[in-house]
Amino acid sequence: MKGEAMTGGSSHSAHDEVAAEEAIALHAARPGGLLPLLHAIQDRLGYVPPWVLPRVAEALNISRAEVHGMVTFYHDFRTSPAGRHVVKLCRAEACQSMGADALARHAENRLRTQFHHTSADGITLEPVYCLGDCACSPAMMIDGRLYGRVTPERFDHLLKSMEKP
Amino acid sequence: MTVTVYVPRDAAALSVGAEEVAVAITREAAKRGEQIRLVRNGSRGLLWLEPLVEVATSAGRIAYGPVTPEDIPGLFDAELLRGGAHALHLGPTEEIPYLKRQERLTFARVGVTDPISTADYEAHGGWRGLRNALALSGAEIVEAMVQSGLRGRGGAAFPAGIKWRTVLNTAGEIKYVVCNADEGDSGTFSDRMIMEGDPFVLIEGMTISAIAVGAKSGYVYLRSEYPDAERTFEAAISAAQRAGYLGDDILGSGRAFHLELRRGAGAYICGEETAMLESLEGKRGMVRFKPPLPAIEGLFGKPTVINNVITFASVPIILDKGAKYYADYGMGRSRGTLPFQLAGNIKHGGLVEKAFGITLRELLYDYGGGSASGRPIRAVQVGGPLGAYLPESQFDTPLDYEAFAAIGGMVGHGGVVVFDDTVDMAQMARYAMEFCAIESCGKCTPCRIGSTRGVEVIDRMRQGERREANIELLRDLCETMLHGSLCALGGMTPFPVRSALEHFPEDFGVPRKAAKAA
Repeated sequence: MKGEAMTGGSSHSAHDEVAAEEAIALHAARPGGLLPLLHAIQDRLGYVPPWVLPRVAEALNISRAEVHGMVTFYHDFRTSPAGRHVVKLCRAEACQSMGADALARHAENRLRTQFHHTSADGITLEPVYCLGDCACSPAMMIDGRLYGRVTPERFDHLLKSMEKP
Repeated sequence: MTVTVYVPRDAAALSVGAEEVAVAITREAAKRGEQIRLVRNGSRGLLWLEPLVEVATSAGRIAYGPVTPEDIPGLFDAELLRGGAHALHLGPTEEIPYLKRQERLTFARVGVTDPISTADYEAHGGWRGLRNALALSGAEIVEAMVQSGLRGRGGAAFPAGIKWRTVLNTAGEIKYVVCNADEGDSGTFSDRMIMEGDPFVLIEGMTISAIAVGAKSGYVYLRSEYPDAERTFEAAISAAQRAGYLGDDILGSGRAFHLELRRGAGAYICGEETAMLESLEGKRGMVRFKPPLPAIEGLFGKPTVINNVITFASVPIILDKGAKYYADYGMGRSRGTLPFQLAGNIKHGGLVEKAFGITLRELLYDYGGGSASGRPIRAVQVGGPLGAYLPESQFDTPLDYEAFAAIGGMVGHGGVVVFDDTVDMAQMARYAMEFCAIESCGKCTPCRIGSTRGVEVIDRMRQGERREANIELLRDLCETMLHGSLCALGGMTPFPVRSALEHFPEDFGVPRKAAKAA
């Protein structure tokens, strides 16, 4: 199933279908509901698959281009699934002042991948511009959980503990 | 006897292990048969001491920090629950100089109370401003706001009372109150700390605003990078609804106000107020032309009050203690206090709420204790990614909107990011342009294209290519962006770039004289 989803084709599971329809039903009628709707789809499916765009457009009575524009404008929305884990490393000024650039290079080497990509063992590395933890820099987020004072050693440690069952 | 123990639920505290500490304390207390009541408070803002654990004793609250889970058995051995001596013992929390010397008006309750207990909020002076406001006319509330001198704390510093008056005086059946909680500037976290540490003060401030201008519904637009704030604030909205502080009949007054949280989606530009309105309307965050002002035609085309979190959070105390009480703090046209945020390469990073007028040097050394690395502080960026880089020679500037404008800087949201002498200022200038390129909404050309060209020009300078000619080109580009951009993103990105070039030309491989002449 995952393989099918990765291709971005129109085939998808019945479960995903129900989840998407549920999200549309919940938010379509709310004022300015498109943003919460897309969040709801991504929260449920892990990304915003191409096959939902025409359905969303129809439900909100807007063009498919407008929905596509939303998905591509906002950095949060993915058009393909992320890896098993998502690591977001802060690249903004406060973290830079505490060695975030060196940490970023370390992360790329360690994961053998680059920002905006997923490592061979399924860890997606993304830049983020401020997590609001600027007095405990450098900061990063793993699967929505915030970590501060991240040294390369702590990065390795957190990565290892993430892999424990 | 049950002892109350405080372990913060603030995201910064959690990011350095507060959850594990809370678990370890609960486990250790159970093991030893000690009765404790664990309160997950906000952070006191002494962030280098997080996780900071407090214990309520007959001598007041006693602080310990920074605590790790491994410290817990030893702390219990040292009579933690009775405020006993230990290497991590910091004494009475309120007596810690960093906290004691502050003037906490907006942050009075943060770290003190249980953030999602309406009763605790009330016991610490909450809801008094709202009760007073319910007895006043809209015009009277607006007048108090004007008299307080409160200016928008998000960065633009526009007088809040004047904005509210415009909305009040604009006819309309439907009006909105919108809180900008898209705190995207690096080095800022005061909005987050309020929403996690004292969310009711924001709810109360927005409700007062709604009553003043005649709005019945409001939105908080919160950035998605703050999941902890989202959870706490959602819980606070529910608690306020249940207790009758939000809903169809606020405190039996017959006045209605409904509040909804909306999550952003990672676009920095949505911190710009008109882009935020577009986003709330379910569109891409493209900046709108002004006029019309949002106060006249804002959300869904209706008159809308838009203020930032700290602005709204400063309203209850003004309506509680009076405009004069608030306005007596500060200097010049900057009245009241600002919660400054000490961030980056600083030894004692955290939140410092002080009246306007404190100098940058006092913040950096008296509070901050110098750099974290122990090396000399070389540059400080105040006011976020669009703020100027200031050299040591400007550290005696008082933090005041006008004084900072006079040196080409801005106080902005009060974020202070510190860099030591290892910083490469040409790299920071390049980053400013790069950030603008990444986050530009794309509507206007100077911002969309100029930022990318800016990165290229700085790259060429750094490679030593026709440096003097490229300086001129960079300055020219900055002029174009400054005057030709639609909003502050393109219009203010030149500030960090030009200040880096002006104060640190040697980092661009240019002698000081040449940089000045160009």
